[in-house]
Amino acid sequence: MFRNKWTYAGLIIILFFIVTALTAPWIAPEDPYEINLVLQLAPPDADHIMGRDNNGSDILSRLLYGARISLVVGLSVVTISGIIGILLGLVSGYYGGWVDLILMRIVDILLAFPGLLLAIALVAVLGPSLTNVVIALIALGWVPFARLVRGQVISVKERNYILAARTSGQSDLRVMIIHILPNIISVVIVQATFNLAGVIISESSLSFLGLGAPPGTPSWGAMLSEGKQVILDAPHVSIFPGLAIMLVVLAFNFVGDGLRDKLDPKTDRK
Amino acid sequence: MISYIIRRLLLLVFVLFGVVTLVFFLIHFIPGDPVDIMLGDYALPADKQELRSVMGLDRPLLIQYKDYVSGVLTGDLGTSIHSKRTVLEEILERLPASAELMVGAMTIALLIAFPFGILAALKPYGLLDSASMFASFLGVAMPNFWLGPLLIIFFSIKLDWLPINERGGLENLILPSITLGTAMAAMLSRMIRSSLLEVLGEEYIRNARAKGLAERKVILKHALRNALIPVITIIGLQIGVLLSGAIITEAIFDWPGLGSLLLEGIYNRNYPLVQGCILVIATIYVVVNLITDITYAWVDPRVRLS
Repeated sequence: MFRNKWTYAGLIIILFFIVTALTAPWIAPEDPYEINLVLQLAPPDADHIMGRDNNGSDILSRLLYGARISLVVGLSVVTISGIIGILLGLVSGYYGGWVDLILMRIVDILLAFPGLLLAIALVAVLGPSLTNVVIALIALGWVPFARLVRGQVISVKERNYILAARTSGQSDLRVMIIHILPNIISVVIVQATFNLAGVIISESSLSFLGLGAPPGTPSWGAMLSEGKQVILDAPHVSIFPGLAIMLVVLAFNFVGDGLRDKLDPKTDRK
Repeated sequence: MISYIIRRLLLLVFVLFGVVTLVFFLIHFIPGDPVDIMLGDYALPADKQELRSVMGLDRPLLIQYKDYVSGVLTGDLGTSIHSKRTVLEEILERLPASAELMVGAMTIALLIAFPFGILAALKPYGLLDSASMFASFLGVAMPNFWLGPLLIIFFSIKLDWLPINERGGLENLILPSITLGTAMAAMLSRMIRSSLLEVLGEEYIRNARAKGLAERKVILKHALRNALIPVITIIGLQIGVLLSGAIITEAIFDWPGLGSLLLEGIYNRNYPLVQGCILVIATIYVVVNLITDITYAWVDPRVRLS
């Protein structure tokens, strides 16, 4: 089905990640919140292969629960910002004119803030919490979708089958949803796959900076931030959460590449 | 070319105006009274009142906005809450450290990206190409708040070669620069490879080879120069990645730059400082992008016309 074997590797990792997130309460060896100060920072051993953290909690258990946070944040942000972006992009590209002009100028302004800067700013004023991280990432996440969809709509809206649908008296909404959207959805799916990787990194970055999940929450980013505090005494705390983030991000990037080759044969990247 | 530059400058003015507006309204997104949040629950009513009037929060929104915009235009970014110094002063004090880190990261990125990008393009799908492809996948996926600690564990703790934290000599700059520059190196090397590969298929390259030019000269003089054109845009965009990545990198290495200042502002609820930092970082990014776009249009006349 896919040309590249890396795509399959990515799919397997993602499947593993999802199953882990769903079954964390049953497969985690310990309660991830359990504080056990006697065993603080215990290095990895046969029973606890990843060791224990600053509170003596089992790192493996926390990692498994952390998968839930990454998955929930990733899916909710990409779904909601994707829908908003698709709708705005459809309207902007289809109608053009002042709607398009205003929307694209808003996009220009939002793109003036590099990377995570605006998300950091939003969370800074809203207050640190996972919900606010999701809100901030949605507030910015629609931009790439809107730009992509707008461009695609402009390139297909003058085609004969769209003109035919319009002259046959179908409503604008119907033309957009039934005739245009299905033709451009594949590139949107590719974009969404890459975005999932981006959102997972963003959430961990904000949690690492102390702007996301509250202290003690097993978010992978927050775990790395705790690891940094004890890096001299217990480097093992920093190793595994980062490895988990990298593998999941790598997997979504591999699958995004595979999907792009599959769904969009025009962009054959040599 | 002139009309292109004028068009871009107009857009720049508009975008910067939008940025200032958005940054102004940030403080009004705060749920509750910003003065209460900034000074804490135990502040004296008189202190609160003073801050309110110093920041102009007791005046109508439109007046506040007008004052903020005219302040920004004259270089007045407000006063930092606890230190009572001007925000601009605090930012200027931290700027050199950030600039140092950016230059370090950029140097690392270019030093890695060019040799690997060129060698990979010379033998596409060869061993080196596959290896550098895999490495760049890793480089992009590896969060810098993991790479940084890993480098510290390996080079500072296990090997004891390089110092941890604090700004100082060149050896203090190495680990932060690698942390920040790796993702850019990964992107850039792939970009150089594909751009060079495309150019190598052109007729003028065949021509250069046919007239008996040494392969080295063909690559360096004829191919690489043309291949660099699209790479310029990527470098501009990647500076944005560096600017925002620097916030995290500075947090990892306790680097006293603009990013740490922003975070200190956030942790201390020093909102005028937060606004100032965000404004300055966004402005740097927008201006750098304008410069790269103009450079791009200058070396590739086709861009101006579109």
